[in-house]
Amino acid sequence: MTDQSFHELRLEGVSRRYGAHHALADLTLSIKGTEFVALLGPSGCGKSTALNCVAGLLPLTAGSIHLDDRRIDTVLPEKRGFGMVFQNYALFPHMSVRKNIGFGLRMRKLSKADATRRIDEAVALVQLEEHQHKRPGQLSGGQQQRVAIARAVALQPPVVLMDEPLSNLDAKLRLEMRMEIRRLHQDLGLTTIYVTHDQEEALSMADRLVVLREGEMQQFGTPEEVYDQPANGYVAGFMGYRNLLHLDVERADAEHVVLAGPGLRVVGANRGEVTAGRAVAAIRPEDFVVGEVDGNALPVTVQIAEYHGRELSVEATTSTGTKIYFRTQERVAPGDELTLGVPRHRVLVFGTGGADEAAGTAEAAAS
Amino acid sequence: MATTIAGPASGRARPRWWAVAVWLVVGFFFLNLLALVASVVVDSFGTRWFGTWLPEAFTFHWYSDAWREFGLSSVLLVTLEVAVVVVAVSLLIGVPASYALARREFPGKRLVMVLFVLPILVPPITYGIPLATLLYKLHLAGSMPGVILANLVPAVPFVILTMTPFIEQIDPKIESAARMCGASTRSIFLHVLTPLLVPGILAASILVLVRTVGMFELTFLTAGPSSTTLVVALYNAVFAAGIRANQSVDAMAAIYTGSMLVLLVIALRYVNPTQLVTRPREEPAE
Amino acid sequence: MTVAVTAGGRARTTSLRHRLAERGVDRTLLLLAPALAFVLVLFIYPFAYGLQLSFTPAEGGGALANYREFFSDPYLRNTIWKTLGLGLPAALLNVLASVPIAYLMRGKVRGKRTLTTLLVVPITLGTVLTAQGLLMYAGPAGWLNKLLIVLHITDQPLPLVHNWTGVFLSLVITGFPFAFLLTLSYLSGIDPSLEKAAATLGAGPWERFRRVTMPLLAPGLAITFTLSFVLAFSVFPSAQLVGKPAGQTRVLSIAAYDAAFQKFDYSMGCAIAIIMAVVMLLVIALVMVWRATLYRGSTGGKG
Repeated sequence: MTDQSFHELRLEGVSRRYGAHHALADLTLSIKGTEFVALLGPSGCGKSTALNCVAGLLPLTAGSIHLDDRRIDTVLPEKRGFGMVFQNYALFPHMSVRKNIGFGLRMRKLSKADATRRIDEAVALVQLEEHQHKRPGQLSGGQQQRVAIARAVALQPPVVLMDEPLSNLDAKLRLEMRMEIRRLHQDLGLTTIYVTHDQEEALSMADRLVVLREGEMQQFGTPEEVYDQPANGYVAGFMGYRNLLHLDVERADAEHVVLAGPGLRVVGANRGEVTAGRAVAAIRPEDFVVGEVDGNALPVTVQIAEYHGRELSVEATTSTGTKIYFRTQERVAPGDELTLGVPRHRVLVFGTGGADEAAGTAEAAAS
Repeated sequence: MATTIAGPASGRARPRWWAVAVWLVVGFFFLNLLALVASVVVDSFGTRWFGTWLPEAFTFHWYSDAWREFGLSSVLLVTLEVAVVVVAVSLLIGVPASYALARREFPGKRLVMVLFVLPILVPPITYGIPLATLLYKLHLAGSMPGVILANLVPAVPFVILTMTPFIEQIDPKIESAARMCGASTRSIFLHVLTPLLVPGILAASILVLVRTVGMFELTFLTAGPSSTTLVVALYNAVFAAGIRANQSVDAMAAIYTGSMLVLLVIALRYVNPTQLVTRPREEPAE
Repeated sequence: MTVAVTAGGRARTTSLRHRLAERGVDRTLLLLAPALAFVLVLFIYPFAYGLQLSFTPAEGGGALANYREFFSDPYLRNTIWKTLGLGLPAALLNVLASVPIAYLMRGKVRGKRTLTTLLVVPITLGTVLTAQGLLMYAGPAGWLNKLLIVLHITDQPLPLVHNWTGVFLSLVITGFPFAFLLTLSYLSGIDPSLEKAAATLGAGPWERFRRVTMPLLAPGLAITFTLSFVLAFSVFPSAQLVGKPAGQTRVLSIAAYDAAFQKFDYSMGCAIAIIMAVVMLLVIALVMVWRATLYRGSTGGKG
């Protein structure tokens, strides 16, 4: 095979419309060769649309896609030479594991000896030697997913696209396969675009990740950047900032904002150039501590305490009924009254805009 | 299944009177049905049968009589030809259409579905009369092409309604996957779709075959002397009772029954019995 | 300049293609064309042709002459009542009889496949064979009458063929299995756990059937009835063979056939065929209006 390496896969203003509905709006993105990029967002955010556009399975309504200097969005999917792994595996049910893996090689009209060798390699890669003559119907979900991955990488494609490949597997298997996919990615020097709705999966696997919302890119960055410095309330909500408090701005400068509402007052870091009016304070449950910190002191009453091994996950309410979620190692019980504190730099203040919705979908995705 | 909660299942222990009654009625129905077919078959083997429980003696000669008198060899050949051509043409027209219907949502799809359901829903005698009239005007009726065309009218939609759900249950992602592996449209069709479609096509062709051989009205309205199929020949013989000995009519009826049962046995290897009579989906596009 | 124009032109055509593709219109739809053309030419067009022909009577007398003649001649007009008189009771009996039987068979019952297979037999055999069988079996010298006489139920052979009864019997023989199989498929589509839920809430067998199963089954029964009725309404071979085609069982289809292919008055034949279609549609419409008042949503099962 020719050298499949490349420097850059570039999406320029890629859009996909259905009538008046924008499934994907103006996505501009540059992916480096051998990079692992995750597209993250709740269902309907346009991540699968983006993937299918890159694959060529869905025509663009605007924009272009380039592989280095070559424009590829006009190339038919079968000529693009990308590999793809589908959510429900999409294995050919009438072919054996070997035939499935060798299908692409057959389409490329590889010599028999070459094809046999490369199928052997691919089978070994995903450790399916003992199952290679079975049909997909005789395999477990995890094994089927291995076949699908082997089929996608057997052609040594420049880019491998994965559409929620682990969402049909149970939790334990998901963790194993996560490692395995990452290992394959590194060992084979692949460039992978990986679609998922699971932020944990995206954070743990990707070199960089793209957070999408209703077809629009919210943030593109490394896991650390996205996790610690979410670009807006929506991303924060999606990244585990479970407490999204809508409050009035009392005072604001370039660095800090003081927010107040009925029964509580918070000081936080100004992340959204907030000056006045309403704003959202995003706080992770694990950033709360019992007792005042940095001038932040929230009086709450414990409602529900869930046991999570070394710590408790607690739902509490303020005097006006606003729900506060926090984690603590202290033994608290329903009815306890406490004061919670949180460091200023761990309170991210953004302008208002859809943050609640993100928290809702993130919770739904996590469950 | 065996460990259902005691409440509703406990009824099974003591047979309910109405269940027994229902089974008796079903048994009675089948008994009469059996006797009905048996009287035809027994008569076809009998020499003389007047007022007794069984004929006086048994013989085979009504079969050779019937074979000769009704020209059954040519009738059977015509039946076979018509059925095979109808199956082949209806598959050629129907399968691509089912693919489009299964894979695409488009404006007016419901209307198209209704259009395809109508020829199955409307009884053949109703549209058969204007259709035959038209075919006579075009000098197509009374010949094989006319009979074949008329029989295709319900056959094509039948193939479509059988194949569409079948294709729908083949995941379109499988086609995408083949495409991502570098397969052209032709290769996808050849290596992926066709092997997956074979069971469906087999079922559809057998269903159409059985229905075409058994189709009386349309063939009757369009057939001429040289294009009569077995059912129509049987009808003509029964209708013109008295011209031929009743036993040879029965012999023909027995031949018809026999060939239908053979077809049925073959068909039931591939399809669910209910598929033979009911449409796979009664309500279109819902 | 030239470049700009071509580029603009391409953009416009691509955007049209995109816009159509968005709505699902692409080249795949061409696969529909042969089938669509086929149905239009061989089904819709003949109907339209027949309709037009029915308004151009063979003997003149204005566009409506055929219809006027049909409704003024009692011999012709009464074919409607004779057809309804056969079709409605037969369809009703077939549907009503299939409900309890299908209800018994709704779960996993031993011999279910055998029974459904057996029931397919009379349908595939068709009305012509049924008619010939009835002539033999239920005729004056047939086994049925012989048995009735031996059992002293009657001393004269009952007139079971060459009249209304004969046709009715043949409609039940071919129509019942059809109605049964349809009803069974509707019943199997109702989630069995619904009945179990009703049982845990204290509903007895009869209440479960009446309050839970029946309301969910009713729309399906409406469809079953309609299809059974259509089947019985278009009765032709058995009305000719085991009925009395000149009198008691002179149904619409016989009248239409006689007009078109015995008297070669195609125009009148088509007119009667159209009348037949209209009467059928009226009955179907009535059933569908009733069905529209029912709950028609999901029945929770795999139907």
